[in-house]
Amino acid sequence: MMKMKSASLRYVASRAGGMLIVLAIVAVLVFVLTRAASGDPVSVLLGDQATAADIARVQKDYGLDKPLPVQFGYWLREVLQGNLGTSIFLQRPVTQALWERAEPTTLLALMAVAIAALIGVPCGIVSAVFRGRVVDQLFTGIAMLGASIPSFWLGIVLIQIFAVSFGWFPVSGYGAPDAPFMERLHALVLPATVLGLLNSALIIRFTRASMLDVLGEDYVRTARSKGLSESKVVLKHALRNALVPIVTVIGLTVALMIGGAVITETVFGLPGVGNLVVSAVLRRDYPVIQGALLVIAAIYVLINFSIDLLYAVVDPRVKV
Amino acid sequence: MTNANTTPRLTVSNLSTSFPTEDGLIRSVADVSFSIQPGKTTALVGESGSGKSVTSLTLMRLLPKTANAQVSGSASFVTREGKTLDLLQIGEREMRSLRGNQLSMIFQEPMTSLNPVFTIGEQIAESVRLHKGLDRKAALAHALHMLELVEIPAAAQRIHDYPHQLSGGMRQRVMIALAMACDPTLLIADEPTTALDVTIQAQILELMRRLQAETGMSILFITHNLGVVAHHADDVVVLYAGRVVESAPVRPLFAQPEHPYTQGLLACLPGKARLPGQPKPKRLFAIRGQVSSPLAPPPGCAFEPRCDLALPECSVAMPPLIETHHGREARCVRVQPAQPLVRSA
Amino acid sequence: MPRMLRQLMHRRIVMASALVLLVIAVLAIGAPLFASIDPNDTAVLDRLKAPSAEHLLGTDELGRDMYSRIVHGARYSLAIAALTALGSVIAGTVLGLMAGFFRRLDTPLMRVVDAMMSFPDILLAIALVAILGPSLMNTVLALVLVYTPRVARVVRASTLVVRELLFVEAVRALGVRTSRILWRHILPNLMSPILVQVSFIFAYAILAEAGLSFLGVGVPPEIPTWGTMVAGSQQYAHQAFWVVLFPGLAIIFTALSLQLLGDGVRDLLDPKLKKTS
Repeated sequence: MMKMKSASLRYVASRAGGMLIVLAIVAVLVFVLTRAASGDPVSVLLGDQATAADIARVQKDYGLDKPLPVQFGYWLREVLQGNLGTSIFLQRPVTQALWERAEPTTLLALMAVAIAALIGVPCGIVSAVFRGRVVDQLFTGIAMLGASIPSFWLGIVLIQIFAVSFGWFPVSGYGAPDAPFMERLHALVLPATVLGLLNSALIIRFTRASMLDVLGEDYVRTARSKGLSESKVVLKHALRNALVPIVTVIGLTVALMIGGAVITETVFGLPGVGNLVVSAVLRRDYPVIQGALLVIAAIYVLINFSIDLLYAVVDPRVKV
Repeated sequence: MTNANTTPRLTVSNLSTSFPTEDGLIRSVADVSFSIQPGKTTALVGESGSGKSVTSLTLMRLLPKTANAQVSGSASFVTREGKTLDLLQIGEREMRSLRGNQLSMIFQEPMTSLNPVFTIGEQIAESVRLHKGLDRKAALAHALHMLELVEIPAAAQRIHDYPHQLSGGMRQRVMIALAMACDPTLLIADEPTTALDVTIQAQILELMRRLQAETGMSILFITHNLGVVAHHADDVVVLYAGRVVESAPVRPLFAQPEHPYTQGLLACLPGKARLPGQPKPKRLFAIRGQVSSPLAPPPGCAFEPRCDLALPECSVAMPPLIETHHGREARCVRVQPAQPLVRSA
Repeated sequence: MPRMLRQLMHRRIVMASALVLLVIAVLAIGAPLFASIDPNDTAVLDRLKAPSAEHLLGTDELGRDMYSRIVHGARYSLAIAALTALGSVIAGTVLGLMAGFFRRLDTPLMRVVDAMMSFPDILLAIALVAILGPSLMNTVLALVLVYTPRVARVVRASTLVVRELLFVEAVRALGVRTSRILWRHILPNLMSPILVQVSFIFAYAILAEAGLSFLGVGVPPEIPTWGTMVAGSQQYAHQAFWVVLFPGLAIIFTALSLQLLGDGVRDLLDPKLKKTS
């Protein structure tokens, strides 16, 4: 038992180490990107209102006359203390702006993942079980189609049909700030459907591939030889083993949603993080761009790390 | 076959299994007939590609659906209740009620034949609950009993183990426990010891022999190893290229093999490195040549290209399977059909 | 090689996709031949007219013929995507080869790749365009940077496999120069996965460019790509649906055909091993 515990710790530690290195590189990339764009990090930190005297003072305080790697160090220190700068246009700390916008994006991502999984996993299983038949070709084809549709186009189409013509959903927006929670969820249905539908393609393909792998295994033949019904064989014996890669891809889909939210939020006028980033880019609001990139990339890395850990926990055979 | 007075547990008649492929139709099993007596072991012998595994999978109806197998012939199975069913004709539901119950199978690869995410106790119990209707507790108790029966040490603790915590030999014992959990009348064992160490092989075979003696089940033993056959089978059916080339009770087969292929197989055994009547050679014997491709079978006898005793008529047409003695058959132009007993007046 | 072509031909869907792509490419290259009406011809009196015999796909908010716009727009959309695919495949192959072949470069290069893939594609593209400034070539450059890591990963994986094959050992033992090994022995074995990647990146690039242009952070709106068309006309969607429908369909057809083609080629190259996806 003790041996297992120290081995687990070693595994976690090595994975965490890798994650930290990637985060460090991410930080460097973001720093370099923003410097390249804005040129002067001080105005990025202080905002447009700074006077020449302020700038000179801060430059000396922050040692900006020092070489670049040192500047990076100062910047990083600020970031790790939670200071992501102040938005030029919103006149608020970036962290606050991000936090205010977190809810719509998070809810959207979760709803979209739920829709994608609810469509993707069953379709993938059916596709695998009836491999080669019409159903399989149909689902695989739909999955391929889903990966070819631009999200903004689908968004506009769905708005036209369901919001404008049928009037079932709001054309855009997220409801008033004091609107009840259900109303806000209702506003998210169409955008979540767009994101969910398009990303279900990946889940269908992955589920199908994983199930096919497992269905070809010897122990599935053993299960059949015991006289179990086909649905028991597929849903109990095969699916349990196919689940790990499927859960992995669902987890990755969460990360994909963050990127996908950018366009969807713009089309549907949702006050989320994606929308914030787009307007920040259009307005050259560098603190926001920088902060958002850092946070989003960090979340992505953390999600991947968690999936790695989950893998080790769920599968009793993983050599930990 | 031995003692044809009792009804065989399984009678296979003219079984054929073919697979359509991009390159043509592959006849893995062609016109195979044999029977297995209750309480006896019939060995199905042949090299890779002879069709022995396909035969067993066909009987269990476990061929993959994507293979699009074409099956013909019949397989009469006598159930515990005395009913006779054709395994190839009955509905899937009825087949499922037999599988794992009266008719079970153990496979060649113990390392991969058990589901890695369930404990061995659960996997055995599942079978019992399905066919005997026991509740979870009773089923697990029965599973424990089975594990003890197959001589798994510390069974009470190991019942909660996962397959990867067991060695190959142990896993095969678990497979046997699984297959026998519902007291089958016919056990199909597809090369159950091939993947195991020699010492473990002997233990497993001994275990199977003991279980057979205790329960009276029949065994269809599929193997390429004649040494095993000599010690554990009652009847032998030799397959070559999907066809039966010789069948006989075990002692007569070993004493006087009739088909050149069987003679060759026996000559391959190091202890028997000589053909009858020849002086003992100094080299190991091997049948020359290889099995022909299933897509391009020879026009006559399938073994003719490799046969040292071949005659011109062997490459013209496939010889028929002839009864040579009581209970023996061979498919060769060189064998004499059994003479009907002539009673002098 | 000829056997592969024959096998490809047996798969009707793949051949159909290839055909569709050929038609699109021909239309795009020879645009003036196939769409005689000037795509930039505004005719305010004819604005937002439904599809008719005169205007096959209708007109947009400035009276420009949609069919013409789409056919001419194909040139830009396809060119951007093609350049992206080319650029990212070349850069990614170089990176992947280096990482796969030289053990000491592997971890550092792959960590950088991991870091770059930590950003959602669109977000990274937006950020890069923000730095470089919106223009056609900058969009291409940004997208190349976005997709290079993806290609690098695939090439690295294949390189690792090929490197272990015995003939590489033999050739090295003969004292052949490393660069020659890479160029003449390893690279040819990577052509198959690389070709597959080209097809997929092309498809992703079409979708990405459309998305970027729709947001207004990609190609400048004066340049008529399918994405800018939708961006410019979206507010008229409820009145005249075709202004949004047809550019979208063009994107879908092209992206779908590319992915089907890539899938088909990939199936062919990994045939007996694992027919799973």
